[in-house]
Amino acid sequence: MNSVIHEEYSVAQYDFANAGKASSSIKEHLKQLGVDPQVLRRIAVACYESEINLIIHAYGGDIILDVFDDGTIQLIFKDEGPGIEDIEKAMTPGFSTASEKARSMGFGAGMGLPNIKRVSDEFDIQSSSEGTTLTLRFKES
Amino acid sequence: MLAKDIVEAINATPLAIWNEHLLNKDYSSAFASDLMSDALALIQNSPDSVVLITGLCNAQVLRTAEMLDIEMIIFVRNKFLSEEDLEIAKEMGFNLFSTPHTMFKTCGLLYEKGLKSIYE
Repeated sequence: MNSVIHEEYSVAQYDFANAGKASSSIKEHLKQLGVDPQVLRRIAVACYESEINLIIHAYGGDIILDVFDDGTIQLIFKDEGPGIEDIEKAMTPGFSTASEKARSMGFGAGMGLPNIKRVSDEFDIQSSSEGTTLTLRFKES
Repeated sequence: MLAKDIVEAINATPLAIWNEHLLNKDYSSAFASDLMSDALALIQNSPDSVVLITGLCNAQVLRTAEMLDIEMIIFVRNKFLSEEDLEIAKEMGFNLFSTPHTMFKTCGLLYEKGLKSIYE
């Protein structure tokens, strides 16, 4: 499987002014590639939720987009901490450790990770105190 | 329900019309929440564009709407967006309205006129 498109975006901690810009660029780029609108919406939702997570929970991080020659679209969200203490708990709908600031922006309902998993075709999360890596894959068909 | 009829039913005023032809668009459902996480979790499967009703006024409402292919947003209780956020809305081509009613009354008036929930 070869990557035909590779892009990287950096996201800064607590940068609410720019929150969502990377997801917006990714959505626009994939739209131009002719990705099916329903699949595109799933990708956009997962990407945006994950981007917000980097901003409100991590010390910022990177978003890496790859489109492979078999049509698979992969998004990796990588940060350098502080890590998720209990992934199982974080995957429970309604559980949240979000700050008041994040909540005032309309987030922190504890729906992020469960929702990301639900809309993704493949979902993998690895976390330690050194950081978290979330890998999502989407298929067109 | 046509967008222009929605506007009339709730006595809304336009904050920005960046897509005039959508005023004649027929919308079948709406979703009301201040919690964008809920909007992201629940609207994604709707085949058609949904009208978003909210009391939250910030750029994240616009970004959420963008991800969900929403074109029409109604802000309740006469709320409005900053100039900066209106510029973001322009880029996205949204139509934005403000109604003096509470969220509860806004939803009630529109439901009575036939606008449905995203699922029953």
